[in-house]
Amino acid sequence: MDGYFGSYALVFALLAIGVAIFGGGLLVNRLLRPHRPTAEKLTTYECGVDPVGEGWAQSQVRYYVFTYLYVVFAVDAVFLFPWATVFAAPGFGAATLVEMFVFLGFIALGILYAWRKRVLAWT
Amino acid sequence: MLAEVLDAAVRLVAIVAVFLVLPLVAGQMEHKVMAHMQGRLGPMYAGGFHGWAQLIADGVKFLQKEDVVPAAADRRVFALAPAVALVPYLVVLAVIPIGPGLVGADLDAGLFFVLAVMGVGVLGSIMAGWSSGNKYSLMGGMRSAAQLMSYELPLVLAASSVAMAAGTLSLPGIVAAWQWWWLPWQAVGGVVFFVAGLAELRRPPFDMPIAESEIIMGPMTEYTGIRFALFMLAEYAGIIVLSALTSVLFLGGWHGPLLPGPVWLLLKVFALVFVVIWVRVSFPRFREDQLQKLAWTGLVPLALLQLLLTGVVRVAAG
Repeated sequence: MDGYFGSYALVFALLAIGVAIFGGGLLVNRLLRPHRPTAEKLTTYECGVDPVGEGWAQSQVRYYVFTYLYVVFAVDAVFLFPWATVFAAPGFGAATLVEMFVFLGFIALGILYAWRKRVLAWT
Repeated sequence: MLAEVLDAAVRLVAIVAVFLVLPLVAGQMEHKVMAHMQGRLGPMYAGGFHGWAQLIADGVKFLQKEDVVPAAADRRVFALAPAVALVPYLVVLAVIPIGPGLVGADLDAGLFFVLAVMGVGVLGSIMAGWSSGNKYSLMGGMRSAAQLMSYELPLVLAASSVAMAAGTLSLPGIVAAWQWWWLPWQAVGGVVFFVAGLAELRRPPFDMPIAESEIIMGPMTEYTGIRFALFMLAEYAGIIVLSALTSVLFLGGWHGPLLPGPVWLLLKVFALVFVVIWVRVSFPRFREDQLQKLAWTGLVPLALLQLLLTGVVRVAAG
């Protein structure tokens, strides 16, 4: 339980406990529950009428532009975290701060452009 | 060695106890607070005193219910989805500090870990929506995905503002560095974080993936019995985790006069749980595109402004 990854041992133990809680719940459920499936019971729910067509219907994803924007910003956030811990340390300071804001400014300009192009609304 | 293992075991038992008890307390609180805000009494029968055992009774009922998996569903993904929704919130509890030295695991990258693991929870909802083979579920799942696009970024940006202020990603380190004047300094970030967190939890007014009045129960439409109960537990565990994180990052965690640290944290957590319930009672549901618009033209710019403010003050203060 030492070294860098030693501190994660407890996290993995907790993950195992979480899986055990889930499995245990299902197991107790299996011991206590009735099991009488009928064709009607296993039909897809559609407000009481028989289901029309398949559940996996085609549909239009109206927010794909947001998805691109999101990916760009999610990557930028990854850069932000390591920078956040050092930017005020001795030897960094104002210049480091300005550099990051030049970077963020470019991306914010991107949002502004998207906004002016009216893609921040569903079509 | 034995002492270390015992120490870890005690921490694990405490975390699991918190995970199993506090969501129930939050759930019962929601029953009662909502009822009284709406001029009702809420549960009064189960357990005798003001229906305190209502959720335990619900749990016992769910345990005995038949496990129905629709014939049209993708069985494996359908069965796994509740675990994907629930377990991340348990794992996140490992790194939330409740007092000086009182934390499951003090990770260097604690804040990053929390955001990464919390992000997994929403996959459970998308999995459930896709695998049910039901049109309502599919729409709910797509709305969940749309919601992910909106909340994740303000959440991450607001959290990184605190990391900048403290100069560390370790959650105990952040709380240890906290000063009272961080309250006004980080206020905007705190509000952005909490609102984005509400959207992450799919709580009203951002409950359009579930929206029982239009798409039944969204991704959970086809769920019943214990799996449905686990989804519900995930929702309330999520409320606890969000409130605890907001307290730790923005409200000073264990800091407070007179009372011991963990008590202060508990008070702050339940004050925020109360706000979560209050918001549910007070606001009508947003539309999905309204949330995306709010996030991208409101929360993200606010979070960026907060980053600017944090950076300038931090560098100016030396």
